[in-house]
Amino acid sequence: MSTETIDLKTRLITDFHARESVMNGEASSAFHQKKRAALAQFDKLGFPTHRNEEWKYSNVKDLISVNYNFNADSALGLAELEDLNIPEQEANIIYFVNGHYNPALSRLISAQDQITIEPLSEAYKKNPTLVNTYFNELAHEADDAFTALNTAFAQDGIFIHVADHQTVEHPVILRFVSDARVQNVGSQPRNVIAVGRNAHVKLAEAFRTLGEQRSFTNVVTEIFVGEEAGVEYYKVQNESDNAYHIGTTQVRMLDRSQFYAGTVTLNGRFTRNNLNIILDGERCEAHMYGLYFPDGTQHVDNHTVADHRKPNSESNELYKGILRDKAKGVFNGKIFVRPDAQKTNAFQSCKNIVLSPEATMNTKPQLEIFADDVKCSHGTTTGQIDEEALFYMRSRGISRPEALSLLMFAFCADVVSQIKIDSVREYLENVIAQKLASK
Amino acid sequence: MLSINDLRASIEGKEILKGINLEVKPGEVHAIMGPNGSGKSTLASVLAGREEYEVTGGSVVFDGKDILEMAPEERAAEGIFLAFQYPVEIPGVTTINFLKTAVNEIRKYRGENPLDAAQFLKMVREKAKLVSMNDSLLKRALNEGFSGGEKKRNEIFQMAVLEPKLAILDETDSGLDIDALRIVAEGVNSLRSPERATIVVTHYQRLLDYIIPDYVHVLYKGRIVKSGPKELALELEEKGYDWIKAEVEAVG
Repeated sequence: MSTETIDLKTRLITDFHARESVMNGEASSAFHQKKRAALAQFDKLGFPTHRNEEWKYSNVKDLISVNYNFNADSALGLAELEDLNIPEQEANIIYFVNGHYNPALSRLISAQDQITIEPLSEAYKKNPTLVNTYFNELAHEADDAFTALNTAFAQDGIFIHVADHQTVEHPVILRFVSDARVQNVGSQPRNVIAVGRNAHVKLAEAFRTLGEQRSFTNVVTEIFVGEEAGVEYYKVQNESDNAYHIGTTQVRMLDRSQFYAGTVTLNGRFTRNNLNIILDGERCEAHMYGLYFPDGTQHVDNHTVADHRKPNSESNELYKGILRDKAKGVFNGKIFVRPDAQKTNAFQSCKNIVLSPEATMNTKPQLEIFADDVKCSHGTTTGQIDEEALFYMRSRGISRPEALSLLMFAFCADVVSQIKIDSVREYLENVIAQKLASK
Repeated sequence: MLSINDLRASIEGKEILKGINLEVKPGEVHAIMGPNGSGKSTLASVLAGREEYEVTGGSVVFDGKDILEMAPEERAAEGIFLAFQYPVEIPGVTTINFLKTAVNEIRKYRGENPLDAAQFLKMVREKAKLVSMNDSLLKRALNEGFSGGEKKRNEIFQMAVLEPKLAILDETDSGLDIDALRIVAEGVNSLRSPERATIVVTHYQRLLDYIIPDYVHVLYKGRIVKSGPKELALELEEKGYDWIKAEVEAVG
């Protein structure tokens, strides 16, 4: 790997102009105009430093110190992917390898009049008006360089549209594989998910890496939750020790809708997840669950926002982490209650077990409340394993390592049990049990 | 079976046990009584291997093996069981899963094959009946939200499942009403056998109405200062501990 310092920002901007120059007529499209504006914003912002309050504890210097091939070919076949899979029988499966849609590996089983699942660029060609209604309408590039960068380069990714009143039985599983066997690879998937009125769907994004070189994933997912709709969304990160991941999921909910998010970071060198939910309707319910297990010198940062804009809605958040070795964890949970959002209920909790004196966890709840008739609570705990519980179990004949893994598995259980796609939950239970047993 | 010789132990530099001597043979029930702070619970904890205590002298031999160097889980596998004064709540781990892990870890230690799910369930149901343990408690998280009586009953139930050679009951009567006490005592009595021994640690004589001891020992200031037959417990109930304290101070 090259150690020479490179200017990733300049290189990306140069790349953009090179692509633009060969675009022909498409350069004038509304789609492209959004990208061009985003690039200008990225240029203005630059990559964040620790002076940026949102990036105070997460330094991207290492991430941007090398080059990545954003157009890397990969000849991955199903056989090589087998051990990376979350196994499931009945699901729509869409593969992206190094950020590019791979139709040969993908499989759609739900009826097309229920749900449209297409690569973003194809969807735009077929129905530019529909895609443009949603694309980049939620993402905040004004103050987020990575989102601006993603928008500028948005090409592949998925466009999902669930028609009004449809309940999609089979989950949609998006699998993002970085093939970093021969070189440093980068990908910037952009997913746009629009769920119609009173429609219901379950989604998962799963991120894996193959190989030991570096991978850099900068993903943005926009989710529109229609009135009375129900969306379950899970993000599972099981990447390599050399994987850098920046992800933003931006959600907007309308009246009486429900949204469940589960974000599980099993492995990865550097992970930053932003989950921003706008409760833009009355009687909405948003649930956010998170789980992370950094070890070695891994870094996991979760930033969440519950933005209550209308009255009578509820948000509920539980994040849990187990940190080992010299791992670093960051949790920043913002709750906004706007002046109109009376009778809001907002709960937030972040609980951590720190197993090593050299591991650190930074937690910061941030509540900004502008309405007077609300119920909000937050709490964070960071502690060690309960020695009394450990002794109790050992006194019954359970060895210390076994007792530890039972206790930690139990600690994770109230997050894992929230995951309603059976295959995803079972996969997580297995991986977590192995992870806890192997230490 | 159990041979304690001049056992000394301290916590945070403070000596609590100052030379305990005790012989327990198979089939016997020994009651250890004494005023608060005399070291009763410390003795139970040290025998089970609680790591906060530092053993500073003496020996404990169980079935011919020195157990002081053993981890708590090894002592359990050798057949020592401690019923806790304050059973720990463990959210997220069901009683049944906890016990299955314990039984199979102990079997592994002894070089036996693990029980399969059917064998285990059958055994557990029989034992639950023995201590009138409600099946629904087995599926709940271990001790979580259990009443005081349910927690103590769960201790005796675990004891029935693990079938120890030596059971140590640490203040099992504390916090129990008379009905719960009777059920717990019946459970303990039903497990009595010529091969098993029991040490009952208690402040009050009450439990000994139900679990009749062969010997009663009085622990005071870290030593066993008086031993006698079961009648000694009644005498203590009647006269309190002051006369024993006075005897010790007079000799002391």
